[in-house]
Amino acid sequence: MNALPLPAPLSPASPRRLPGDRDVWIFICAELFAFGLFFVAYMHYRSVSVALFNDSQLGLDRSLGALNTILLLTSSWAVVSAVRAARLGRIVAVPRYLAFGIALGLAFMVVKYFEYGAKLNAGITVTTDMFYMFYFCLTGIHLMHVVAGTIVLFVIWLNARAHLYHTGNTTGIEAGASYWHMVDLLWIFLFALLYLLR
Amino acid sequence: MVRWVLMPLQRTWLLLVGATVTVLWMREDGLAGLTIGTATLAIAYAKARLVILDFMELRHAPLLWRCLLEGWLLLVSSLIVTIYASSGAAHHSL
Repeated sequence: MNALPLPAPLSPASPRRLPGDRDVWIFICAELFAFGLFFVAYMHYRSVSVALFNDSQLGLDRSLGALNTILLLTSSWAVVSAVRAARLGRIVAVPRYLAFGIALGLAFMVVKYFEYGAKLNAGITVTTDMFYMFYFCLTGIHLMHVVAGTIVLFVIWLNARAHLYHTGNTTGIEAGASYWHMVDLLWIFLFALLYLLR
Repeated sequence: MVRWVLMPLQRTWLLLVGATVTVLWMREDGLAGLTIGTATLAIAYAKARLVILDFMELRHAPLLWRCLLEGWLLLVSSLIVTIYASSGAAHHSL
């Protein structure tokens, strides 16, 4: 870790600027709006069957949910560190941070694979009850976003290895990073609603 | 090393991971009830806000964009808490 350069500090004195691409932010807002509706729908259905949701939730492995939260949070940290490194012109560090972020995204998928596998082996599927319908659908849709985000990070990593990102060009890496942080942001709520809330 | 850990990004990461471990501990410890549930949601809100401000780097973005995402967070969190609280405290059992 010491070999990596220090990320640039936030600069409150610099003029206000939207990182990345405005169109990507519009897309992110649309995604957040859709997931917001999913969260509210989940809470509504939960409110009419609290006992069922609480009982079924006991079948989830909270530790694995927490582990996946930490994997995505750490991956987000690595990706924003890559952005800061690019801004500072420390171009050798950029692909290293991104590779770390990608590895953590892949680790998230591996954990989810084992989690889904354990549920299916126990005979629990999307049709088991309303809680598991939400569990499989919401985490499944989110997992697709993790896969898409990891592919985006991989493309950015290839570009970073070609030294495409530097002090004068950070738009692409910032745009990909903002999407990845959205994936992290959504999981924070999925973890709280599906695994913890009783 | 200490200086590196205390830099803003690392500090944010530490807070986020610390909050995650805390909510897990609250559940593993068998705590339940409306208060714990509301605290869990409050911590999720705080974590999400840190991601928006420090990882998405909207703290120093144009106010429109910062307000848009923070507004989404506030609206969704408020709706979740309202539905949770109105679903009956008697049901918030272990």
